[in-house]
Amino acid sequence: MRLTLLLLIALLFQTVTLVQSANSADEIVSFDDPVQREMYYALLKEYRCLKCQNQNLSDSNASLAGDLRREIRDQILAGKGRTDIDDYLVARYGEFVLYRPRFGGKTAVLWIAPFALLVLALGAMVLFIRRSRQSQSDDARVMPVGAAQHLDRRLEKARRLLKE
Amino acid sequence: MNLLLKLLPLALFVALAGFLAKGLTLDPAELPSPLIDKPAPAFLVARLPRTPEHSAAQDFNSNELAGQVWVLNVWASWCGPCVQEHPYLVRLAQQRSVPLVGLNYKDQPADAQQWLARLGDPFTHLLDDRRGDVGLDWGVYGVPETFVIDHEGRVRYKHVGPVDEASLLEKLLPIIDELQNEAG
Repeated sequence: MRLTLLLLIALLFQTVTLVQSANSADEIVSFDDPVQREMYYALLKEYRCLKCQNQNLSDSNASLAGDLRREIRDQILAGKGRTDIDDYLVARYGEFVLYRPRFGGKTAVLWIAPFALLVLALGAMVLFIRRSRQSQSDDARVMPVGAAQHLDRRLEKARRLLKE
Repeated sequence: MNLLLKLLPLALFVALAGFLAKGLTLDPAELPSPLIDKPAPAFLVARLPRTPEHSAAQDFNSNELAGQVWVLNVWASWCGPCVQEHPYLVRLAQQRSVPLVGLNYKDQPADAQQWLARLGDPFTHLLDDRRGDVGLDWGVYGVPETFVIDHEGRVRYKHVGPVDEASLLEKLLPIIDELQNEAG
């Protein structure tokens, strides 16, 4: 009983992986030039599939992604470069299509904000550390008296306990 | 000063909550079109015969519509939401005199003709974009999509997803009226 169950589960997993590998291998693209070929596969990972937004063009099985792959292949074969293809896609679908948005206009915030936040956080940290050091050194002049008394009292207590 | 500093975390929280609340009401599938206020992509495409008996007329050139306000609707018979949207396109065609161009996107002509015979055909021009080339130039990523183009040939409005009562009455019709007024 348990064995059949295990077998069933194994079978299920296998079909899932089979289906997955079938998805990405549905079209055969050939390039004579290995540089173009490399560029093609690299570029497919840089563009978002608009239909299924968390997949790139190379993963996506949507028909729109297929069209865009065809278009990109044709443009590479026509000798277009990365920026040409970027421009082509951005003109139609907006900056959102690029996984690595270009710097400028609306996307400036995306690029600058993390660094601005980092600088802000570092500044706050430096300020905080300086302030707490200052108050520590202020305390240091007063503390010894109190601390010594406290230590004496505890030593006394320890001695008493030892005698008992 | 101290009070302000104490209130800072609360203020940050409120700001964050505000952004998140706004995010809940946005539809991530709805992307702003980079075509808005840009010249509409020109196209030359085959017409789709209204019925299988008709033969295809001459190809359609988008500059036929230059100088007037027009509407482009991208649809397909395989698209579920298109069925839902269709009555509102029929209403649009009845209520306004505006060329309504139906771009049949990545579809089989026979399927499209059957679909229109069943649901009604509101389109002034019916076009066959079997390979989706025109759709690609217009940045179509989800069917149905509806564009409004002004008399100077600029895309002025894009609606993604099915047109419904609210989007017809509050968006499409007022925008068409406004653009037609602009055209004089």
